[in-house]
Amino acid sequence: MAAVEIAGYKGRTFIAADAVRWGAVFGFAALCFIAGDKHPWLAAYPDSWVVPVADWVNHGMDWFVERFRDGFKMLSALLGMPMHLLQRLLQWLPWPAVLGVFAIVSHRAGGWRLAAFTTGALLYTLLVGYWSEAMNTLALVGVSVPLSVALGFGLGLMGFRWPRFERPLQGMLDLMQTVPAFAYLIPILLLFGFGPVVGLVASIIYAAPPMVKNTMLGLRSVPEELVESGLMSGCSKRQLFWNVEFPAALRQIMVGVNQTTMAALSMVIIAAIIGGFNDIGWEVLMTMRKAQFGQSLLSGLVIVLLAMILDRISWGLAFQDSGPSSRSRRRRYGYPAAALAAVLLSLGIVALIPEIRTAPETWITSPADLLNDWVNFVLREYAAVIEGIKNAVLFYGMMPFRIGLSQSITPFTWGIEMSAEVVAVYLALVGAAAVWCYRRFGWRGIVPVAIFGAVLFYGTTGIPWPAFMAVIALLAFEAGGLSVMALALASMAFILITGLWNEAMLSVYLSGLAVLICCVVGGALGIWAAHSDRVSSILRPINDALQTMPQFALLIPVLMFFQVGELTALIAILIYAIVPAIRYTEHGLRTVPSHVVEAARQVGCTRRQMLWEVKLPLAMPVIMLGLNQTIMYALAMLVIAALVGTRDLGQAIYIALGKADAGMGFVAGLSVALVAIVADRIIQAWSRKRRAALGLAAS
Amino acid sequence: MPTKNSSSISSTGGGVKLACHNLWKVYGPSPEQFFPGRQGGVPEAGPCARDIRAADHIPAVANVSFDVRQGEIFVVMGLSGSGKSTLIRCLSRLIDPTAGGVYLDGDNLLDLDERRLIEVRRHKIGMVFQNFGLLPHLTVLENVAFPLKVQGVTEARRHKRAMEVIELVGLGGRENAFPAELSGGQQQRVGIARSLAVEPELWLLDEPFSALDPLIRRQMQDEFVRLQKLLNKTIVFITHDFLEALKIADRIAIMRDGEIVQIGAPAEIVLKPADQYVAEFTEDVPLTRVIKAADLMESPCADLVPCDGTHPDTTLEDLLPRFAHHETAVAVTDGLGAVVGQVTARSVIRALAENATQRHR
Ligand SMILES: Nc1ncnc2c1ncn2[C@@H]1O[C@H](COP(=O)(O)OP(=O)(O)OP(=O)(O)O)[C@@H](O)[C@H]1O
Ligand SMILES: [Mg+2]
Repeated sequence: MAAVEIAGYKGRTFIAADAVRWGAVFGFAALCFIAGDKHPWLAAYPDSWVVPVADWVNHGMDWFVERFRDGFKMLSALLGMPMHLLQRLLQWLPWPAVLGVFAIVSHRAGGWRLAAFTTGALLYTLLVGYWSEAMNTLALVGVSVPLSVALGFGLGLMGFRWPRFERPLQGMLDLMQTVPAFAYLIPILLLFGFGPVVGLVASIIYAAPPMVKNTMLGLRSVPEELVESGLMSGCSKRQLFWNVEFPAALRQIMVGVNQTTMAALSMVIIAAIIGGFNDIGWEVLMTMRKAQFGQSLLSGLVIVLLAMILDRISWGLAFQDSGPSSRSRRRRYGYPAAALAAVLLSLGIVALIPEIRTAPETWITSPADLLNDWVNFVLREYAAVIEGIKNAVLFYGMMPFRIGLSQSITPFTWGIEMSAEVVAVYLALVGAAAVWCYRRFGWRGIVPVAIFGAVLFYGTTGIPWPAFMAVIALLAFEAGGLSVMALALASMAFILITGLWNEAMLSVYLSGLAVLICCVVGGALGIWAAHSDRVSSILRPINDALQTMPQFALLIPVLMFFQVGELTALIAILIYAIVPAIRYTEHGLRTVPSHVVEAARQVGCTRRQMLWEVKLPLAMPVIMLGLNQTIMYALAMLVIAALVGTRDLGQAIYIALGKADAGMGFVAGLSVALVAIVADRIIQAWSRKRRAALGLAAS
Repeated sequence: MPTKNSSSISSTGGGVKLACHNLWKVYGPSPEQFFPGRQGGVPEAGPCARDIRAADHIPAVANVSFDVRQGEIFVVMGLSGSGKSTLIRCLSRLIDPTAGGVYLDGDNLLDLDERRLIEVRRHKIGMVFQNFGLLPHLTVLENVAFPLKVQGVTEARRHKRAMEVIELVGLGGRENAFPAELSGGQQQRVGIARSLAVEPELWLLDEPFSALDPLIRRQMQDEFVRLQKLLNKTIVFITHDFLEALKIADRIAIMRDGEIVQIGAPAEIVLKPADQYVAEFTEDVPLTRVIKAADLMESPCADLVPCDGTHPDTTLEDLLPRFAHHETAVAVTDGLGAVVGQVTARSVIRALAENATQRHR
């Protein structure tokens, strides 16, 4: 009895404490809004207060480049050599030889089906006339992947062996994965000069983190008993590693190789932006810039196909290599022999019929113009519809979020004036929502309603920065305590004083809106998939395809119909970032402990109640991790979407890249990374807290 | 009642193979603080373990001492978390003890450097693990030959030797299978074969049969007894199954919270438990499996029929059916057939009744 009372008492004081905190922060925010008119520095951080961090970085970079340029030139030549050799080789080999070797490797990795797929995909590449571009891309990937794998493996091994090394390594990995690719192209560009080597170096660095992570994970999860039995067998350290630990971790390490390959490919394509040397990424980019969507769609498809081939092959090799079947003679000697035979055979054929070496011009049938015509036809015929959709989304969805209802409701957009009545109606609606949430969730339910209501009214860009900072800081504090709050504050301060607040808010607006839609739509799809195996089996391959596709290629179809602009960016982000929302929701719901579900059914829950009262609350920690991933994906795509015209941090980086402005690139890139890391830490902390509260095992 | 100290040092039989003196393993942020001079003057177990717990450290092994004779099966028992695995890992130095000494043939294992430790493991110690610890990417043959491979034995020779032990554990014909293709019992046979491949002198087994089904477990125990008759190794065997211990043990040590609370022959543990903990531990053990003919033997009377005599080591379980056939007394004969005593039905019943009431008090 006493214990219960004490618990109740404690509960009450606790509630009071964080209620007071939220009250204070909201009060402070309101004050900022009111005082904003009189003190413009509250509304917009004055330019004169900006600390020129970017300039400092540029100075430092200049000094560094000046001093080490020769060294990097040499390194560049060194790295360029194998790449040029491989490129020459792939170009010299007649296409049937390359195709044959790929088909044979595919058969080894995935049987006849994969071999057929690979053959078809490469034939497509040949027939639409992108063979030589595809070979150039392959040459880049072919050199960057082994180097990246070696680098990642080495670092992972160090992290595994020396625990002290692990923390800094982890921090570095977080940064490498959140700093947008465009941003670190700049220093590489300055150091290595224009050319394909930039893409190579960038993709080596960009693709290493998954290898590091999987190497460490694999080695660390080797069962203790296996290590002990190795030791008791009398292994020395080295024998233990190569005979026990490495083989046991091989599968996980191969997963790393797979992810590294995919990352390298997507980076090689992104790097085409600066290092264009007639590879497939360059082709996509050029045609996109010239608005030749037919061509860019066809070449984009080549990228997608290449990605799928490499993905399937490396995945297949990863999951076949250990185990009984890999021992047969045929696997050991048959495949290399067949590959060699294919090469020799095609060389022989080419010697006899030289015209075959490069696929004859007459074979190549590019349906690009046909596609262009069709697109133009659709655009013409349905101009009104497309325009209608665009305006509707813009006026009723995007603008309120960006500049707020207070400014976006005009006779021109909504057809009504922003009058006192409208404000009253809006306030009434928000009030009603607040009451409903209060009824359902208690006073904590009011917090998101209040935040959402204010954002919708004033717009993401219309919120005074001190108010925004205060709310985020408190959110961070409630989720993860003082350390997360300190990180959030420091990050926001950095963005503020480097003068990128407005751009950052635009990023927050665009990615926030995308994440919101992803949560609603993706969450609904995930719930549906969790309750229907059919839906699940339909969604899975779509999700897989969207994940393997280089982000770049996603832009093309959207761009075709909606042209350059924020809407295109939003849709592209949506398509890319919705995948984790669906997946994690489904996974979370499907893994709710079955005994809990049974118990709930036993007490007579309806399906609805089961979902809302039992499953969703229990699945929430997992779903939150999905939200986390969705945010990361959205931010990654946001930067790529700068290509289709945005005005946020991504655009700042893209412009910096164009001007080779390392300082700006650094500052803006770091800002994106900080946004990502802060969001990540807050959500992780919250999820951990929920997990502990629900007594679920951490994973 | 024998005290802990008197029975911790073995009194009979061959020379001491493995000895362990005041062994400690403490987990926590700074375990060394409790042991200023590493091997010198280790404090009394009880109070010190309490101090260590009070300082938020875990004494997983606390002041453990025992000797194991050449050819003896020494069984360590205890509840989950009592420190059995930690102890056996200290014996092979998979875990470095915090204090104390482990002597194999008189040499302190804790003094060995990395290279010599590897030598000892390669030639003197074999170990079997609860979850088998087989390398999943190697076949049965390669797994068994693995300890020889790391020693640099040529392929032909190590495969020949591996085949011998594989035959020995009854897995002939499965040598090219992968561990995943075998049942649990078969996998543990592989584990046993591997540990025997190098002909170790000391054989450590950490709950080798716990992961198996009861039926298979019994089969493996019989198998183990058969092997030991053949090989006559010095064995430290961990289990938490008392019946298993009874079946195989020469002596049993009972552990609680890292300390050994009693060491003795199986019958001693059951009939004269050192404290309540041990008594509860052995509560469900049928007395008929513990009490042996030798424990009840009286001097033979004249009209005893000596022919159908029984061995002093026969348990009551096997003896009882004889009394069903109207025998009032059974002769006890030694290995050569000479009568050394007799067991009467009355003495059997008395022993059972006495011990039963004693246990339930
Ligand atoms: N690496 C470690 N760090 C901290 N404590 C440990 C560690 N390993 C074991 N312990 C603790 O030491 C104690 C003894 O563990 P041990 O594994 O030796 O028990 P056990 O008798 O083998 O139990 P089981 O029958 O479950 O195998 C336990 O309380 C355990 O929590
Ligand atoms: Mg154990």
